[in-house]
This record gives sequence, structure tokens and C-alpha cells, in this order.
Amino acid sequence: MLEIKNLSKKYEGGPLALDDVSFNIPQGEFLAVIGLSGSGKSTLLRCINRLIEPTAGDIVWNDINVTAASDDELRTVRRKIGMVFQHFNLVSRSSVLTNVLSGRLGYTNPAMSFFNKFSQEDVDNAYKELERVGIAEKAHQRADELSGGQQQRVGIARAMMQNPAIILADEPVASLDPVLAHSIMQHLEKINKEHNVTVLCSLHFLDLVHQYADRAIALNDGKLMFDGPPNEIDDAKFKEIYGKDAERVG
Amino acid sequence: MNNKKSFKKSLGLGLSIAIGIFIFAYAFQVTDVDFGTTRDEVRQTSLTRVLRALAHPDLVEYETSELNVEIPFYLPCPEGETPSLPDNASNEPYITATAACAGPGEMLTVEGFNFPAYVQGPLNFITSSGVKKQLEKFQADADGYFIYEIEVPKRQPVAEAQAIRATVRTNIGGPMWSKNAIATWDKIIETIFIALLATTIGTLIAIPTSFIAARNLMVDNTSPLTSVAFSVIGWLIGIWIGSQTTQWLLTLFEPIADNLALNLAGTFVSFAILYAVLRWSIGTDEDEKASLAKRVTSTIGLAVFGIAFAIFFSISFRAIGTLITEPLGSFGFFGNFIFQLGEIMVMLTPALIAIFFGAFVGSSLSKIGQRISDYMPAAQVKLINILLASIAGAALFALFGAGVEWFYQIANPVKTLYIPAGVGAALGLILAITTTAKSPLPTGLIIYTITRTILNGTRSVEPLVMAIIAVIWVGIGPFAGSLALALHTVAALAKLYSEQVESISAGPIEAVQATGANQLQTIVYAVVPQIIPPYISFTMYRWDINVRMSTIIGFVGGGGIGFLLSQNINLLDYRAASAQMLAIAVVVASMDYISSVIREKFV
Repeated sequence: MLEIKNLSKKYEGGPLALDDVSFNIPQGEFLAVIGLSGSGKSTLLRCINRLIEPTAGDIVWNDINVTAASDDELRTVRRKIGMVFQHFNLVSRSSVLTNVLSGRLGYTNPAMSFFNKFSQEDVDNAYKELERVGIAEKAHQRADELSGGQQQRVGIARAMMQNPAIILADEPVASLDPVLAHSIMQHLEKINKEHNVTVLCSLHFLDLVHQYADRAIALNDGKLMFDGPPNEIDDAKFKEIYGKDAERVG
Repeated sequence: MNNKKSFKKSLGLGLSIAIGIFIFAYAFQVTDVDFGTTRDEVRQTSLTRVLRALAHPDLVEYETSELNVEIPFYLPCPEGETPSLPDNASNEPYITATAACAGPGEMLTVEGFNFPAYVQGPLNFITSSGVKKQLEKFQADADGYFIYEIEVPKRQPVAEAQAIRATVRTNIGGPMWSKNAIATWDKIIETIFIALLATTIGTLIAIPTSFIAARNLMVDNTSPLTSVAFSVIGWLIGIWIGSQTTQWLLTLFEPIADNLALNLAGTFVSFAILYAVLRWSIGTDEDEKASLAKRVTSTIGLAVFGIAFAIFFSISFRAIGTLITEPLGSFGFFGNFIFQLGEIMVMLTPALIAIFFGAFVGSSLSKIGQRISDYMPAAQVKLINILLASIAGAALFALFGAGVEWFYQIANPVKTLYIPAGVGAALGLILAITTTAKSPLPTGLIIYTITRTILNGTRSVEPLVMAIIAVIWVGIGPFAGSLALALHTVAALAKLYSEQVESISAGPIEAVQATGANQLQTIVYAVVPQIIPPYISFTMYRWDINVRMSTIIGFVGGGGIGFLLSQNINLLDYRAASAQMLAIAVVVASMDYISSVIREKFV
């Protein structure tokens, strides 16, 4: 159970990016986060693993207060929260395998990882994860030699190496074409269903939300505008979330 | 309205042109611009002479044979009988003059016969004591004949016969490298190695420094005042303990410093134990945190056997180096290399151990501070802050005062100890009172700023100036040059490197941090892969610069070819200097080419 309580974030010299946002996510739910660009979706996701420090409010995960955690505690929390990014955020000059193994860093002794040494078990698991997303044969290529869809699959494999309880997906398909988008969403869905991993996924296209999410929340200007099943987003709700002049596409 | 505006505009333009003319007029005045001298005949002659000398680099020489042809000559004409010239109508080369004697300053015509065709050489006046004065440079024609009108030198009158002599030098055998060429070769090799050493040492130090000087890596590091104050105190205590311990240990090890077998045994045993402790302490499963007792024992174990290993190891290196220098014969430099490596380690060991202790005590105390700040009520934290910040400030400023004392030898504890300590304590107090008890301070940014300032300061000192200090420290020679260049390389490269770190893409860093990696892991996995190509590129570029710098570092005694070059310029031996300039040009150009090829390969 992940509880977001009265979360606010104000960037220095900017407006409120998140304004008193509260909601709960039971373990194993597929939650879509929708909203315009700049509505605070990325900020919300990054506050959950504190890549961005929230200004006020609490994030409680399985009775651990993430916002109050010390650096050491935060690292143990982070390693159970995988993250997938819009621009994949792979280390482009490293091999695919190294990128996947880096998901294991939170579990590895820093002294060992300094010499690029991972346990055999981790290496075996890395191959298994790559196989699951269907690019095992690319393990020894450089990450930037892969296509966008393949890079995102490496990103998913990296997140899965963490053996996560939660995956935060920040617009994972926004840089991909529609066919690839569905294949990436299917991978996330599979992880969600088979491993009971909570998925928080920010999305732009409502048809993806309808197809994959159990529940959706909507942000507008940092405020929570909607919280409920995706099929409740009718035209009126839509206008409320995206503004009066918005037209539905897809 | 519009007119007014355009008037203003043209007035401004006119004014700026007037100011510009004034500035350049003054610049001409200040820099002594005088194009009259460039057309001066005397100066043009010397310029021609120097340029011609530079066009004839002193690289090859020949064995020569000398043929001297002379006639006796009286200066002035002796009283009484007039000396006659020897009769010289043979097939051998000979010279003759219009008279066998003359007064000082009189003109005389000298003719030469039967010389080899087109031969050149000096026509000298030889005094009775054998001193030469060149009268003319002769060149024979196709028939081996020359004729010159000369002025008899103005000298003190002497009774004995002096001589007029024509000298012909002919080359025997093939060309050989001149002494100057051989010296140039030796020194240019030295130059290249100065650059190599300076670049290597500089790069090794610049890489870790560049991470501290990178804003994007440092800006997120913040910690509350309690933790900062604790860590400052901890660092100082730790460094003191560390340096005391090493000194004590080094005296303890002194008696067995010459015993190679004991040292080698010590090296292996301490290494084995160190390795065992390391394995035991690291373990494989990080899921469970090691117990406090285990962590403390393993840290102490690591420290003790690490220090023992470092000392045994470095002393062994020195001993092995001395031992093998003799039997290696002409490869003895290898023994010296090992000895010097040992020497470096012996020098570095106390510093490293002091820093290790400092870091250990500092970070442990800082963690305690963090705990206090996290869990105690704000009022108590504030009280602790006031106390600790005062102590830390006093300690830091007392240290600063000690530095002032060392430089200026004031020998007045009030000025160099009590006042600084008081000011530091007051500053710490003010800091503790004005900041909110638990608010994080931008420690990373402060360290970044200090590092950048030191780097900028060091970089603004030219390597030539550094070389002067290094020469005083380690004596004239290439070692001084290497040290100076290495120091400048650290400053320059660390800045270039850190700018590269600042321009890497933040995405991978974010992703690696999100996996729960700590700062070291983030650097190794997200930063390092991104900066390898620019680092290689900048290192090569710096090597290039160092080769160029090392060619002139010898001007101030830093070894290398510059030493030879400045010597020859001062001796006005422009032909020799030309050879050195040529060598520099060749080396710099080829370095430029090689480094660009290597850069292209990696980037």
C-alpha cells in the first residue's frame, strides 16, 4: 500500500507543481496518471522515490515514511521502486548488460560494484530479464546502438532487476510509435499481473489508459482533478482535466 | 524627435572613434612602436646575419684539414733596411703583398695564387704572440687567385716579424652529427619524457579532483549544521591521529628498513590478512546490514593491516630497487624506478593514512551529527549547534592562523592563535544562531566553490613561474620541470574535465540513482561512461601543450631542450640555437599529428 498524503512541491521561483495531492494505491494496482504537459505528473512520480524532494506532505509505503527517510533508508526504499523513463535514460556508451545490471546497484556492495563485479546470480538474472523482453541477443551491444523500442525494453529489464514492488513509469511510450507503445504497455501489464507489481504510469493517450489501467488519476496545475476508473472519464471530465478547448484524439 | 535621436547616435559614434584612436595612440607610445628602427641599416645587417645563421642549423660537421699560407710582415716598417718578401713563384699556393711592412692604418693589397678553385677562408693578421685578427674573408676564383685590399691593423709597434696568413680548410670524409646535434637529440628526448611524466601525474590527480569541481555532482550534497560541525572536528582529530600513528609506526619500522626478507614477508602476510578481513567484512549479501560490532572490528582490522601493508610494501620497493640497480648494469635505471616508486609510497603513506583517518573519523562523527539533527528536538539541536559550530570555527581559524604564522613568522600567539580562534568561534556562533537548527547547508556547493577557487588560482600561475619554485625545491633539472608542469596540468585539466562532467546528460544519473545506488556507484555507472571520450581527448590535448611547454621550461632551469636553447641564444651561437628550434618544431608538429590521430580514434 502506497499512501500519498497532502503532497506539495514548489520549485524555487516557480508556481506550485503539486498542490496538496492525496491518494492511495493498493499493492498490485495499475494506476494511470494523466494530465497536460507541465501539470505535475513527472514531479509526482519523482517525489515518490524522492528524486525530487517534496516541499510538504508525506509518502508512506508499507508503514515506512519515505519523505522522512535518511539517506541509507532512502536507498533501501529506492531499490524496491523501479523506474522507467520517457527518454529511457540508459547509459548510452555502456553495454546493454551493464545497463540492466545497474538495476542491481542498490543491492550490491559499493566496493564490489566499483570494479564492475556483480554476483553470478545477478548476471544470470540479467540475461533472464533481457530474454523476457525479447532482446537477449543484444546483451553485449552498446545501448545507443539499439532502437527506441529496444532501449525502452532495456529500461524495463533494468527496473525488473530491482525485484521491485512498485514501478514508476514516466511517460514510457511518449517517444515511441503506436505499435511499439502497445508492446511496451503489454510488458508493463504483464509485470503488473504476473508479479503483482504496483505500476504508476503517466500517459498521454486516453485509449492506452482505457486499455491498460485499473484506475486513473488526473492532474491539472498540480491539483488532483480526478480519481477513479478510466471509463468514468467522460467528455465533461475530459474538459475539466485538459481545459475547455481540448479535443479528444485517440 | 527622430533627428535628435540620430544626432545623439552619431555623436556617440564619433566619440567612440575618438576614444578608440586615443587608446591605440597611447598603445603605440607604451609599446615603443618605432618603425624607423626596422629600416636602420646596421640593424638590418645584424638581422640578416642572424637569419642566415638560423637557416644553417648546426647539425652536421666534417673532419677538416687546414692549409696555412703566410708571409712575414712587419708593423711598422723597421728602421734601416726594408724587409723583402720571400720569392714565391712555385706551383704551391702562396700569397704576396704590395709591401712586407706598413704602418698602422695603411692600405695594402694582398694577392693569393694557386689556391684550389673557388675556395673560401679567412685572411688573418697573426701577431707575434699568435693572436689572430681577421682582415678579410677571401674567395678564390676559378684559377685559384684572389686579390683584396686590406687595412693594416692599428696595433702597438713590435720589432719582430708578424704574419699575414690565409687559411684554407677542406673537409675530409663524410658528414657526421655535430656535437650540438647530439646534445639536441639528448635534450629533446628529455623534453618528451618531461611532458609524458607531467601529463600522467597531472591526469591521475585531475580525474578525482574534477568530480569535486563539478557543480552538478556537488549541488545536491547538503547536510545540517550539526553534521557539518561534527565532521570538521572529526576531520581535524582524524588527521592528527593519523599523522601521529604513522610517524610512530615509521619509527617502529625503522630498524628493519634494510632487511628485505623481513619486509617482503611482512608485505605478503599483511596483504593476506588484509584480503581476508576485506572478504569477511564485505560479504555477499547486502540485504542485511552488518552488525555494528562486525563493522567496527572490520574497519579497525582494515586500518591496521592496511597501514602495515602500505609501510612494508613501500619499504620493500625501496630495498628491491637498491638491490637490483647494480646487477642490472645498463638497465640500472629500472632499479632506480622501483626505488623511486617506493620513495613515492613512503612519502604518500603518512599523508594518505592521515587523510584516511580524517575521512573515517569525520564521516562517523558526521553521521552522529545527522542522527542528532534527525531525532532530537530543535531546541536541543540548536544548543549543540552553537557549541559545536563555535569549536569547529575556532579550530579552522586557528589552523589558518598557524598558516599565517608559518609564512610571516609573527611569533605572537595573540595575533596568530587567540584572535583567529576567537573570530572563528564568533563566526561559528553567528552561523549557528542565524540558521534554522535542522535546515540543510549547501556543503557540496561550498566544497565546489573552494575547489574551483584553488584550481583557478593555480591555473593563473604560469608553469614558468612554478618551475622557478620547483627549481629551488629540487634543484635545476628535468625533475623540477616535470613537477611544475604536472601541477599546472592538474589545475588546467581538472577544470576542463569538470566542465565535461557538468555537461553530461542528467537522465542516466537520475536512472541510476533511482535504483538505490549511492554516490560512488552513480559516478562509476552513470558519470564515468559518459566522460571517457572527452577525458581522453583533453588528456591528449594537454600532452600536446605539455610538450610545447617543456621546450621552454628549461629557460628557467627546468631541464629539457629549453636549457640548451637559452644557453646558445645567450652565447649568440645562432646556428646551434637553430638546430634546437628545428628539433622543437619537428617534435611539436609530430605530437600534434599523433594526438589528433589518437583523439579521432576515441571520440
